[in-house]
Amino acid sequence: MIELSNITRHFQVGDQEVRALDGVDLHIPAGDYVSVMGPSGSGKSTLLNMLGLLDRPTGGTYLLEGRDVTTLDEHEQAQTRRERIGFVFQAFHLVPYLTAKENIELPLVLGGVAPEERQKRVATALEELGISNRGDHRPEELSGGQRQRVAIARATVTHPAILLADEPTGNLDRRSTADVMERLERLWRGGLTLIVVTHDPEIGNRARRCVRMVDGRIESDEPGRAPE
Amino acid sequence: MAQRDFIRLVFASISSHRLRSGLTALGIAIGIAAVVLLTSLGAGLREFVLAEFSQFGTRIIGINPGRTMTHGTPVGLFGSSRPITIEDALALETVPGVESVMTYSGGNAEVEGPDRSRRTMVHGVGSAMPEVFKMAVQSGSFLPPEDPRTARSFAVLGSKLRRELFPDGSALGARVRVGGERYRVIGVLEPKGEMLGLDLDDGIFIPTARAQALFNRDGLMEIDIIYGEKTAVVEVVKNVKRAMIARHGQEDFTLTTQEQMIDVMGNILNVLTFAVGALGGISLLVGAVGVLTIMTIAVGERASEIGLFRALGASQRQILALFLAEATVLASVGGVAGLALGSGGAALLHALVPAVPVDTPWSYAVLALVVAGGVGILAGILPARRAARLDPVEALRAE
Repeated sequence: MIELSNITRHFQVGDQEVRALDGVDLHIPAGDYVSVMGPSGSGKSTLLNMLGLLDRPTGGTYLLEGRDVTTLDEHEQAQTRRERIGFVFQAFHLVPYLTAKENIELPLVLGGVAPEERQKRVATALEELGISNRGDHRPEELSGGQRQRVAIARATVTHPAILLADEPTGNLDRRSTADVMERLERLWRGGLTLIVVTHDPEIGNRARRCVRMVDGRIESDEPGRAPE
Repeated sequence: MAQRDFIRLVFASISSHRLRSGLTALGIAIGIAAVVLLTSLGAGLREFVLAEFSQFGTRIIGINPGRTMTHGTPVGLFGSSRPITIEDALALETVPGVESVMTYSGGNAEVEGPDRSRRTMVHGVGSAMPEVFKMAVQSGSFLPPEDPRTARSFAVLGSKLRRELFPDGSALGARVRVGGERYRVIGVLEPKGEMLGLDLDDGIFIPTARAQALFNRDGLMEIDIIYGEKTAVVEVVKNVKRAMIARHGQEDFTLTTQEQMIDVMGNILNVLTFAVGALGGISLLVGAVGVLTIMTIAVGERASEIGLFRALGASQRQILALFLAEATVLASVGGVAGLALGSGGAALLHALVPAVPVDTPWSYAVLALVVAGGVGILAGILPARRAARLDPVEALRAE
């Protein structure tokens, strides 16, 4: 499903070249649950952005569902993001002037899905994440855990193939952390490919497969605890 | 993205920053209001002045002595050129295309009634005056058509002068003295009103030759010709010029057609209107800079929102369109408010001070709105492009 071969990403900082990714080979089959761990500056966020088509590699090839996506133009990449990829961020990134429902609806709106269809899908997503009664609230009226659940609903409302979570629990307390991870894993059990970037070993070790990065390279790739 | 959703998204974003949006729109509103108000005044002035001039009809050609182009008052009187005479006027009556000819010479003199006297304008005119200047006789009759060189001492009073000299009773048949000479009143004119501050009703009309004698002048101040409705003005001008040159041996006079005068006047006033409109345009420019500033700040502040939109699958073009639409909506809302403010202000001004002529030309109003929308697009395009080109990774990191 995801095939990275010899992916490099170089940045020019001053007169120094920083190799955020330095020859990464990674194969992730559909339905896998992968955690990416490593110290800051190890390239794990760059890798996630690369997987999410927010960043372009300097070299190497990236096949997503058998298609070389590095050569797509900006418009096609946006479309692929919209239809195949869901993002969950540490800072939630909810639009403050839209209600929970409208936030969840946003990717469908951008994709031009008809209103009736949108309503159905949003209602289902709200239900799945147990926030049906918060749909008409604005983000500022929601707790951190609820906000992240809205964000997860928004990331999955388009039925993507991959869910990319960047430190999804970084801004949450212990109880909300457990809850959010439960929700993400439930989605994974439903068939979604889940990739979680974290520096928290406790979170990272929950995955079926733990990838450790150092200095832009994959240092180790071993099985994790894997939830049932 | 469906059009309806797009519009909803734009308005949701605008209404979420109420104060900021309001102030931005206000900047444009003040600009548009200034343009509308100032052009209303300019256009009102234009209408007013043109109406003042055309109340005498438009088929008039004026002949003044002297070669210099002068409007109305004859500077040429004191020049070396040959004076225009009543004989010239008589000769012009036979020129093809000419319908009637009126001579004019005037000044200021004491007019004495039976028991009151008043210093006022004395107009020495020909019998064709009511026709040429579109003035009607209220009672009695106007000066009779007779040989202007030997005209009898009849006088016609303006309505205001009549009121002043004969407060109770008819003036017809009464005797008045003008500059010491005796005249018989044979008619009173209808009120005509003022023309550029000159009260036409406060004056007395006597035959030209008598006025010339009174003020001791050889020449006429002006000859006014009225030409036929179906005659081309250039034809008449050519004929009149030829006839005058034949009599004077040279072109020592100036022809001014009313049409020409109104044209020139209208052009001047158009320029004036445009100029005051441009003054208002400066404040519109300031408003545009306001939109530019606010939108630029907004792009910076909303970077993470833009990054999110990109991550959710918005294309660069969609981001560009959203921000551009926001700027355009703000400017257009400001434009509509400014139009209401400007035209309302103009109407209010006119209601409070009726002397101020006001006319809101709708073409200008529509133009103002189009300009406001255009200003929004222009002021929005730079920030919107910046928003669209934001690196989503960087944008998401901004918090």
